[in-house]
Amino acid sequence: MSLLNVKNLSLSIGSFQILHDVSIDVLPGEIVAITGESGSGKSLTALAVMGLLPYGSVMKGSIWLEEKNILTTSEHDLCSMRGRAMGMVFQEPMTALNPVKTIGNQVAETIIIHERVTKFEANKRAADMLQRVGLTVDPSRYPHELSGGQRQRVVIAMAIALRPKLLIADEPTTALDVTTQARILELLKDLVADFDMGLLIITHDLAVVAEIADKIVVMQNGCIVEAAKTQELLHNIRHPYTKALFNASTHRVILPKYIPSSPLLSVESVARTYNLPRKSVFGSRPKFQALDGVSFHISQGERVGLVGESGCGKSTLTRAILGLEEVQRGQIMLDGQSVFSQKKPNLEVRRKMQVVFQDPYGSFNPRHRVDRLIAEPLHVLENTPIGKDRDLAISKALEDVGLSAVDSKKYIHEFSGGQRQRIAIARALIIEPELIIFDEAVSALDVSVRAQVLDLIADLCRKRPLAYLFISHDLSVVRTVTDRVMVMQLGQIIEQGQTEQVFSNPQHTYTQSLIAAAPTLPEVTYAIETV
Amino acid sequence: MIRYTLGRLLSLIISLVIASLVIFSVIEVIPGDPASFMLGINAREDTLAALRSEMGLDQPLVVRYFDWVIGLLQGDFGNSWTYKTPVSELISDRIWVSLPLAIYALILSTLIAFPAGILAASRRGGASDVTIMGATQMGVAIPNFWFAMIMVLIFAIHLRWFSAGGFPGWSNPLQGIKSLTLPAISLALPQAAILARIMRSSLLDMLSEDFIRTARAKGLTRGQALWRHAVRNALIPVLTIIGLQFSFLLAGGIIIEQIFFLPGLGRLIFQAISARDLIVVESVVMLLVFTVIIVNFAVDIAYAAVDPRLRIKA
Amino acid sequence: MKPGLIIGSFLSIIFIGLAFFSFIWIPYDIEALEISNKLKKPNFNHWLGTDHFGRDIFSMIMMGARTSIAVALLAVGIGVVIGVPLGLFSAARRGSFIDEVIMRGNDLIFAFPSLVIAILITAVFGPSAVNAIVAIGIFNIPVFARLTRAAALPLWERDFILSARVCGKSEARISIEHILPNITNLMIVQGTIQFSLGILAEASLSYIGLGAQPPTASWGRMLADAQTLVSIAPHVALVPGLAILLMVLGLNLMGDGLRDLFDPRIKGDRT
Repeated sequence: MSLLNVKNLSLSIGSFQILHDVSIDVLPGEIVAITGESGSGKSLTALAVMGLLPYGSVMKGSIWLEEKNILTTSEHDLCSMRGRAMGMVFQEPMTALNPVKTIGNQVAETIIIHERVTKFEANKRAADMLQRVGLTVDPSRYPHELSGGQRQRVVIAMAIALRPKLLIADEPTTALDVTTQARILELLKDLVADFDMGLLIITHDLAVVAEIADKIVVMQNGCIVEAAKTQELLHNIRHPYTKALFNASTHRVILPKYIPSSPLLSVESVARTYNLPRKSVFGSRPKFQALDGVSFHISQGERVGLVGESGCGKSTLTRAILGLEEVQRGQIMLDGQSVFSQKKPNLEVRRKMQVVFQDPYGSFNPRHRVDRLIAEPLHVLENTPIGKDRDLAISKALEDVGLSAVDSKKYIHEFSGGQRQRIAIARALIIEPELIIFDEAVSALDVSVRAQVLDLIADLCRKRPLAYLFISHDLSVVRTVTDRVMVMQLGQIIEQGQTEQVFSNPQHTYTQSLIAAAPTLPEVTYAIETV
Repeated sequence: MIRYTLGRLLSLIISLVIASLVIFSVIEVIPGDPASFMLGINAREDTLAALRSEMGLDQPLVVRYFDWVIGLLQGDFGNSWTYKTPVSELISDRIWVSLPLAIYALILSTLIAFPAGILAASRRGGASDVTIMGATQMGVAIPNFWFAMIMVLIFAIHLRWFSAGGFPGWSNPLQGIKSLTLPAISLALPQAAILARIMRSSLLDMLSEDFIRTARAKGLTRGQALWRHAVRNALIPVLTIIGLQFSFLLAGGIIIEQIFFLPGLGRLIFQAISARDLIVVESVVMLLVFTVIIVNFAVDIAYAAVDPRLRIKA
Repeated sequence: MKPGLIIGSFLSIIFIGLAFFSFIWIPYDIEALEISNKLKKPNFNHWLGTDHFGRDIFSMIMMGARTSIAVALLAVGIGVVIGVPLGLFSAARRGSFIDEVIMRGNDLIFAFPSLVIAILITAVFGPSAVNAIVAIGIFNIPVFARLTRAAALPLWERDFILSARVCGKSEARISIEHILPNITNLMIVQGTIQFSLGILAEASLSYIGLGAQPPTASWGRMLADAQTLVSIAPHVALVPGLAILLMVLGLNLMGDGLRDLFDPRIKGDRT
């Protein structure tokens, strides 16, 4: 008998129908993954099971957890089920914990709420549970003293403290680094086997799905388009959407061949330290070495990747190259000129370098029209084009990225995430820079849109020689769009070389562990399409 | 924690130094010759000279400032020109009206605001929320001195529950408290309205935080999540407002004391202003500012007790 | 549109309208005393009755609205004109020594009870409307400076500001082109709130005789005059108080309504 049985669930909030006839089964000890792109309704399905939907949600169908139908259970009874019969883990470990309570207290709370136990006993059981999830820190610590991975372990400990039969995990590893992700996934698998729990995991990452799930459910626009056992599905993908998803996830672009040429950017033994707050009253301030003797070159027309986990110094390096932050030692030169001249960012250099950021929503001033947004870099030029020339430059930039000149009078909120990243690229291209920094530029995009933007980048490289530094935590993306790759750890570049070579034959142990930790999609086969 | 406290203490001292400099210059430097300012244009030359030497005006500015500050530190505020008595005596008589009034009002305001704010937030959009919010809108808009007048009209003149003014002293504490009740209510209600609104919105902010959803997933009811997780976090901004309100209540007392004929610092400062007794004005203002700065310091320390993140960071 | 915004705007417009209309016409000259006609209840000739000098209360309310609005508006003006640039500057140089000095300075102003400072100013410079404006205005400076800085700080970390910096734009230009337009709504809302607080503060100051001096009419002094008459002729005390209450209430409702209007983001709880 199934543990969780979602039957023909439909959900609407206001006049929006969000879920259509969703049916999912989870058996004890089974891992079921719901996957799909943003807006597919996968997270709301999870919240519906917990009975934690926003106000104004109207549901039809049924959600059976063993003998209880969640839809007809009173809020009072739901409260006694949450945490005891079913637990939930959320995406963002940084904000999921109460900052003013100790982690031990927060885990113990699950026990105190549901069982008549003494505080002492609850705390003891909480400490045991924290140990069970592999956390070695003291339960009297506060959340802000822990790393993201550690906090996620606390959230998991809270969710499983009473050994619920069902655990729901909503993108539990999306906010984590690959090596941490691997360990958290390992932990979840282990807990499922140990407690004979059902696990309903929601994730957009197909590689994670393929690695962990016994059963896969693919959702699109609130409907289940395909659901099957993992091996069955991987070997016989039926639905065109699933096929498109897998295609996009393994999408490889074709870059024009890079012909070695003269150097463009040179970074010479750059170092940057930050002072941390004092730990004691009179002690000296501890220092954090964000960049420690970083040196590398990028040649004209060369596509270079930079990978590393959070805190490795990627962002500091990016900011230093962009001239947003001064370095304490070493030198950064673009085309023979220093990025900083006399403590001030060098305008000469700014003409040759542009940037595309990660967040398609935060990258634009919401109060300006697209033409003004795209034209912003023009003012660094010696002869800033005005009037007709300016309009011409704007429409050319828009057309280069696959948009049209009529888009220039719209506001940014009228565009989708993928279109916004195209506009960001148009803004970078308008002054025809020699070097573009892509700072996690495709990380926030859904796989299908990401594939399109990667194609666009490859396209642009074919039109004219373009050098870029592609910074990303996603190894598979870096592998396809770069000629050369650098791996960063603890403020140092520990390995660099031809992309294919580094990926197929990593030298440094850290690179090896990174590549090993990154989940990969197995070979898939498609069913013969029926029209 | 020690480091945080030391940092706050340093900023407390700097604030006090700057505050004393500002007050000193407004009172003793800007008017030019404070003595002739105090005595007016018809002053006789010998009284002027007497006052000048009394105020130490023949000394250089720097010396006068330090004399004043050192005096303050020893509790010596100088002598009142009009009362011919030490200012410290004048103040110590009256502070036992003003300070209890401010504290009484603060307690009332908090006692009203906390339950109201929490109730409104937990019943968001419901009838009690709408009622409480409507009431606080009125409360925020009412001038407290007008409210005091209405209270006198109703409770003292018509119902005769309280006397319309005056203060019998603390020999009978109950009588003392009773005579401060109307003034404290008039002071407290508008402040309670502000505090309740802030409590509510701060709580609502907290309720949309991720950790509340986590708490709900553990099986806490809405009410439990609110009590166990939102209230303490919501206190952080509310504490700031309580600190600011204390200064408002202390100063607001100046007007309310006028209405209820209470012999507090407010009456003292008004009499001093009309008598142009700058020494008294200077001392009372410095005392009020000092109290407010100390209270804000206490609030800063209370922060650290509520928020563990502050205990290590400077 | 929320009913609060409509009621609030309606009340605010009525009082601002009355203030402007008083330049053209008022029912009675408020400087002409007519003792024989004193303390009349509201009637057909004197809509809101007369005071202890026989002056028409409605006319005085109109003239008082003028004083209140002028003082409060100028005080908000002081706060905006000085506070907003300070806040922008502070945010642009966040973490620097000068930022620290500006913010500590703001804290210090907050440490002075506003009424006490007003008293201090009038003790030295004498009571007048101008001194009241200055005294209220000083306290608007840190309000706007803090709010501006607090709103600008997260903007400075946003990618669109970073990309403007990559384009070589100066801090001043970014503050004006990018930061200011994104905090204008917030400033309008806060301006409305400070305006209403200014009305209250002006009333308090003129009530204790430290605001506008006779013969300029002001609501606060009308209340002070009425205080001893409250048991004989309650309307003399009720009317100016209600005027203050309604004007402040209107501005607050309008401010809250504007905030909701500008910020369509639903601050909902999830459950």
